[in-house]
Amino acid sequence: MKYISEYRDKELIDRVARQIEMAVERDYTFMEVCGGHTAAIRRFGIPSLLPANIKLISGPGCPVCVTSTGFVDRIVTCAQMDDVIITTFGDLMRVPGSGPNLEEIKSKGADVRIVFSGLDALDIALQNPRKRVVFPGIGFETTAPGTAVTIIEAAAGEAGNFFVLSAHKVMPPVMRALLENGIRIDGFICPGHVATITGYSAFEFIPYEYNKACVITGFEPLDLLQAILMLVNQVNSNRPSLETEYKRAVLPEGNSLALEVLSKVFEPCDAEWRGFGIIPLSGLALRREYEKHDAGRLLKADFPRGKDNPACICGDILRGLKTPSECPLFSETCTPANPVGACMVSAEGACNSFYKYTLYE
Amino acid sequence: MNEYVSLSHGSGGRQSRDLIKKVFTERFGIAEPLTDSAIIDESFPPGSRVVITTDAYVVDPLFFPGGDIGKLAVTGTINDIAVSGARIVAIAVSFIIEEGFPVNDLVKIAESMALEAERAGTRLVSGDTKVVGKGKCDRLFITTTGTGFLLPQHEHISSGLKVTEGDRLIINGPVGNHAIAVLGARNDLSFKTEVLSDCRSLNRLTEKIVDNCGEIHFMRDLTRGGLAAVLNELKEMAKCIITIDEDSVPVDEPVRGLCEVLGFDPFSLANEGKLIVVAGKNEFRKVLEIMRSDPAGFDSSVIGEIVAGDRPAVILNTSAGGKRIIELPSGLQLPRIC
Repeated sequence: MKYISEYRDKELIDRVARQIEMAVERDYTFMEVCGGHTAAIRRFGIPSLLPANIKLISGPGCPVCVTSTGFVDRIVTCAQMDDVIITTFGDLMRVPGSGPNLEEIKSKGADVRIVFSGLDALDIALQNPRKRVVFPGIGFETTAPGTAVTIIEAAAGEAGNFFVLSAHKVMPPVMRALLENGIRIDGFICPGHVATITGYSAFEFIPYEYNKACVITGFEPLDLLQAILMLVNQVNSNRPSLETEYKRAVLPEGNSLALEVLSKVFEPCDAEWRGFGIIPLSGLALRREYEKHDAGRLLKADFPRGKDNPACICGDILRGLKTPSECPLFSETCTPANPVGACMVSAEGACNSFYKYTLYE
Repeated sequence: MNEYVSLSHGSGGRQSRDLIKKVFTERFGIAEPLTDSAIIDESFPPGSRVVITTDAYVVDPLFFPGGDIGKLAVTGTINDIAVSGARIVAIAVSFIIEEGFPVNDLVKIAESMALEAERAGTRLVSGDTKVVGKGKCDRLFITTTGTGFLLPQHEHISSGLKVTEGDRLIINGPVGNHAIAVLGARNDLSFKTEVLSDCRSLNRLTEKIVDNCGEIHFMRDLTRGGLAAVLNELKEMAKCIITIDEDSVPVDEPVRGLCEVLGFDPFSLANEGKLIVVAGKNEFRKVLEIMRSDPAGFDSSVIGEIVAGDRPAVILNTSAGGKRIIELPSGLQLPRIC
């Protein structure tokens, strides 16, 4: 656990927390857009280390949470076809669709299997040549390269029975959408893992075009506090810029190998985000060369858009307009055991994290 | 004898009797003639009450580092009796076997059950086997039922009625090993670990504790749902605030590392040989000493305290110096872990 324990050193954490306390001059609101950050902030009890005038809000960075109802409907429809095996990450099982979710149809006999990577899904396809194996591709720049490699391998190994239903998304367009909607924040805690793939430049538009503070950071308590201190200093000096605290993982140019497979397999497309609707060029679709592995081909072209539960405010939460505790369903009707909205399903979801790790007040 | 269990082994006729005799009764020390009920030759101390518990075991895989389904079925039931402050007297067991199950594996499992019962100083006194067709169960399911007696002065231990401000919480060792060992043994995860399941009987440890200390206010074993689930159950039962220091909860290094990689919370992972003891403030040091002197408690440590307050909660002082609530784990954690 070396390389982690250093970033959990209580004395250092305490020192940075005191520096933040001394630096604050006003009220600040920062948004973390990465679900991993949301979970880490709750898990380590970061809010209890901050002065009351710093507010952290969670953005649309949990891949499961932003997956649209319509996508769940599509994958459920695939699961109900003859000779189809769905191979999915576990978090997707309970995400609500317009109708039943994957867990419900599995209990009624659909062949739905939990896998830990796309390559595991491809193995299942190779072992079951008479079945069609569908892998729902969810996640951002961090998981999409894994799916891309799987598709390349499937094509090379002629696994014609392996399909991906891509809901892969990229982060910068949704951050732009938030800013275009006039979100009231002072800065972003930028997603560290996404930045390891994309490099710095993907986030440069934020300070330059929108004049907001921006720090790329890691997932340990010291990373998070250091990033918050850097954000406070940027705001105080009125010099928003893009800084990175996560230099031990992020290179300016990103991960060129991952970027290469991404652009080989995928091309940008418009994508639907829960709570946002369609965001232009925010999704990743399979390129024509790989279309025979596109599970979209199994479905009707005019597949209807899904319907969300009208009482659920996941959309407002993902846009940073509301916090989980402002939702009338939160912790009463909507709990991790019985989720109504997607933010309650995933361990990285704002509502799930908030429910599990709420600060004791 | 056939190499594999067949439906005829479950027919109640000659093959059934052969299987039961050759695999089970001799190993368990059950004497002929086989009767419908075991008659237990044990008189309970005056004033004591009878306790009984039952549990089904469906762990996948059947054999894992540090144990197997048979050992688990014996220790699990012993521990349920033991942490109630009671003394185990006898165990009954039922097997549901899928057609085609290798008899050799059944023998290994029976041996492991007999060995564990002997180690713990108890007996398997009664049993039943059923064979079901291929695909009607997954290889082997075991149910064990244990019985024992409880002295009146220990009746409060399972319900936590006497838990009060100032009490300390003691754990008998690192958490999460069972879950990680079982996961590592499954083929669907692409990692191998050296982690062994902590699967073991706790009755000798609990007997030492309750025989020598008067201020034991609560005990419970940490199984599915792990430490987080038990702390939340205690909070509800005793209507108290529990504070836990993250740094003082032992977690073995490989378990900690895998939890980081896989995104698991070690506090929510299943254990099969861990318990929490809540002891009075004047006696917890003595309890800790007793626990550390037992092989099942070498790594015992005080992990938290009961504090005053009117809203029941479990509060974690995080290793980062922050505070947060530990909630009851929910949803599907890891299937078929016990």
